Amino acid sequence: MSQPPEGPAWLKARRRRSIAIALALAAFVIIVFVVTIVRMQGHVADVGF
Amino acid sequence: MDRASPPLTETALRAAAPARWQDYVELLKPRVMSLVVFTALTGLVCARTPISPWIAGVAVLSIAVGAGASGALNMGFDSDIDALMRRTRHRPVPSGRVQRSDALALGVVLSLFSVGVMWLATNLLAAALLAFTIVFYAVVYTLWLKRSTPQNIVVGGLAGALPPVIGWAAASGAAPLNAWLLCAIIFVWTPPHFWALSLYVTDDYAAAGVPMLPVVKGPAATRRAILGYSILLVALALAPAATGLGGAVYLAVAASGGVIFLVLAARLARSHAGDQRGGAEGLYQVKGPKEARDLFAVSIAYLFLLFAALLVERSAGLATLVR
Repeated sequence: MSQPPEGPAWLKARRRRSIAIALALAAFVIIVFVVTIVRMQGHVADVGF
Repeated sequence: MDRASPPLTETALRAAAPARWQDYVELLKPRVMSLVVFTALTGLVCARTPISPWIAGVAVLSIAVGAGASGALNMGFDSDIDALMRRTRHRPVPSGRVQRSDALALGVVLSLFSVGVMWLATNLLAAALLAFTIVFYAVVYTLWLKRSTPQNIVVGGLAGALPPVIGWAAASGAAPLNAWLLCAIIFVWTPPHFWALSLYVTDDYAAAGVPMLPVVKGPAATRRAILGYSILLVALALAPAATGLGGAVYLAVAASGGVIFLVLAARLARSHAGDQRGGAEGLYQVKGPKEARDLFAVSIAYLFLLFAALLVERSAGLATLVR
C-alpha cells in the first residue's frame, strides 16, 4: 500500500481542512444552542403565568 | 491537448495535489443546492404557519446541507461513470483531487447532521422526509435507477421534487395536498429538463454506459416524450391557481411561461436535435442542437418563475384566486 504524500503543501492543506472541520463543528454547536433556546422560549410562552 | 484522454502525467499531477476546501464545496453541488433551497423556502412560506425566523433559517440550512450530502454521496458512488464523461471528468473525485472514500464519508456525516438538526429544530415528519430524500437520491437513484433504466430520471426526479414538501412540513408539521402539488410540478418538470440536456450530451452518457432515454430509445422517441411531459407539466402548473395556492400573479406566470414552454417543446419535437452526435464539450457551452439547448434554458427559468411567483404572492400577502 502506498504511503500518503507528505510535504509543505500537504501539511498546509491538511491544516486548512482541520480548521474548516473545527469551524463546522463550532457552527453545529451554535445552531443546536440557538434552536434549543428558541424552542424553550416557545414552550415557556405556552405555559404562561 | 486531447481532452478525451488526459495524459497520465496530468492525472498523476492532479492526484498528487492536496485537496482544497473548494474541492469539498464542489462535492456538495452548490448549483443544485441553490435550487433545492429556493423550492424548499417556497414550501416553507406557502405553509402559512407562524414560525420563528431562527427555526425557519435552520430548517432551510438543514435542507441545504442534506442536498449537499446527497451530492457528495452521488459524486462518491458515481466516480466511475463521471470519469468517462466529458461533462463530469473534472469533478473532484474522478480527477483525483478528493478520495472516493472521503467524498462518501463527507456525505454520510453531513446527512446525519442535517437530519438530526432538522428533527431537533422542527419535527419528525420533516426530518423523515429529508432522510428519505437523501437515501432515495444517493441509493435508489444513483446506485440503481441511473444505471439500469431509461426511466431513471423520471422516478429519480422524486428526490429533487421533495424539498418543497420538506419545507412545508418543517413549518407546519404536515404535508397537505398543496405541498404535494408543488412536488408534482417539479417531478413532471424533471424529465423534459434532463432529456433536453441529454439530447446534446448523448455521447457522454453512451460512453459511460448510462441508459439515458436518447441512448436506449433514440432521439426521436426522446423528443416525443419531452413534448408529452411538457403538456402534462404546463397543465399541472396551472392547478395551484385552482387549489388556493396561487393567485393572479402566479396564474399569469404559469400561463404565459407555459405557452413559451410548449412552443419550444413542439419546436424540439419537430427538429432533428440529437440525431447527429458529438460536438458538445460541456453543459454550459454553446454547442449542440439549439432547440434542445433553448428548452433546457427555458425550463430552468420557467420553474424558477413559478416558485418565485408563489413566494412573492405569499410574502406580499396577495390574495389567492380560490380560498
